[in-house]
Amino acid sequence: MQLTLRVWRQPSPAVKGKMANYHLTDVSPDMSFLEMLDVLNEQLILSGEDPVAFDHDCREGICGSCGLMINGIAHGPEQTTTCQLHMRSFSDGDTIDIEPWRSGGFPVVKDLVVDRSAFDRIISAGGFISAPTGTAPEAHATPVPKVDADAAFDAATCIGCGACVAACPNGSAMLFTAAKVTHLGLLPQGQPERDSRVVRMVAQQDAEDFGGCTNIGECSAVCPKGISMETISRLNHDLLGALRAGAVPTS
Amino acid sequence: MAVTGIIFVLYLIAHMVGNLKAFAGAETFNNYSEFLRELGEPILPRLTVLTIIRVVLLVAIATHIWAAVSLWRQAKRARPIGYVTKKRVQQSYASRTMRWGGIILFLFIVWHILDLTLGAVNPAGRDSLPYGRLVEGFQNPVVVIWYAVALIVLGFHIRHGVWSATQSLGHSNKRRERALNVFATAFAVVLIGGYLLIPFSVLFGIID
Repeated sequence: MQLTLRVWRQPSPAVKGKMANYHLTDVSPDMSFLEMLDVLNEQLILSGEDPVAFDHDCREGICGSCGLMINGIAHGPEQTTTCQLHMRSFSDGDTIDIEPWRSGGFPVVKDLVVDRSAFDRIISAGGFISAPTGTAPEAHATPVPKVDADAAFDAATCIGCGACVAACPNGSAMLFTAAKVTHLGLLPQGQPERDSRVVRMVAQQDAEDFGGCTNIGECSAVCPKGISMETISRLNHDLLGALRAGAVPTS
Repeated sequence: MAVTGIIFVLYLIAHMVGNLKAFAGAETFNNYSEFLRELGEPILPRLTVLTIIRVVLLVAIATHIWAAVSLWRQAKRARPIGYVTKKRVQQSYASRTMRWGGIILFLFIVWHILDLTLGAVNPAGRDSLPYGRLVEGFQNPVVVIWYAVALIVLGFHIRHGVWSATQSLGHSNKRRERALNVFATAFAVVLIGGYLLIPFSVLFGIID
């Protein structure tokens, strides 16, 4: 396959970036999207240019490191992570636009790499349980209904890649926060902090310059893990419950 | 957004039912208008209930606009640099026209009150009866088209609003999602259909 790539190049956060054109020949349809970028980088290194910086780690769709805006869709045309996208999803002669996630909460570090530590700060605001650690507790001591366990597990599959933020017309991180609130809020272990968790995580999310949710649904449609819009409803349910119980909103 | 939206939806249902009285003739329509002003009499002075409704709606619209503006500003701040290429994956036309649609609706409401409530921009004039304003106003096809466009915008606004409100109030879930969206669309179609009947009936001489 022959491809024309238009890639966002930005040497550092302070410098203004722009799209740069590259031509690739001999791209195999069996390559993953990241392998295709590896080929591009080898070509750039051989010609003495600066290779394109992009995030990646496990390359098997579970770490959430890779995330690129490909032709205007977060993670590209398939609903999966960028590393699990293969070149067979494109045609010979295609022009592919590659951009970093765009969000006030995700400043660009270099080229296609963005700083997603805002997500870590949202998690540290409340995405945890304060359980005594030690040996694993007896499995039958705290029964969890099967339906709740399944829904909690579905929400827990969030890998924090940030595609929801990237795709959202409002730049909202609601689906990410909602997935965590749902995951912990459905389990007995998550109950003690259920009210404070949702209030603090939503406040942190707003403090990170993410937008507000208007339930458009682009987030869920591009989520590689298919986190559903139901989680957002659950977050709002918990938030209203917390406010009724006397919690003071901090944002 | 959700709570004030529910107030508007309830009001719109009552408003639509009231409008349909135009089919019962001039007397019934004008009497209904008078009834709204006398509602609560003799316990309460004339116009009391109507004034309360108007104040509630004004407060609701101010809150609704305030919430919309803060969401809009938050969204602007959340994406300081836009994408070179951005595609839509599944968003509905209704969901992405909420903001500009809202502005159109605000302008429409101002016009609508000047037209049919106050008669200031109505050919029948200020001292006319409600039925007279209705009939004379909608004999002009341009007015009918303007009302129809605004009502269709309102329909889209309600279609996304109903779904979004259930999400924001935490009453949606995976099982209900489809039914909620179907309901939101059906509700918007029925409501706007009801509203559209009147101007077109006047235009085609069914109401005169």
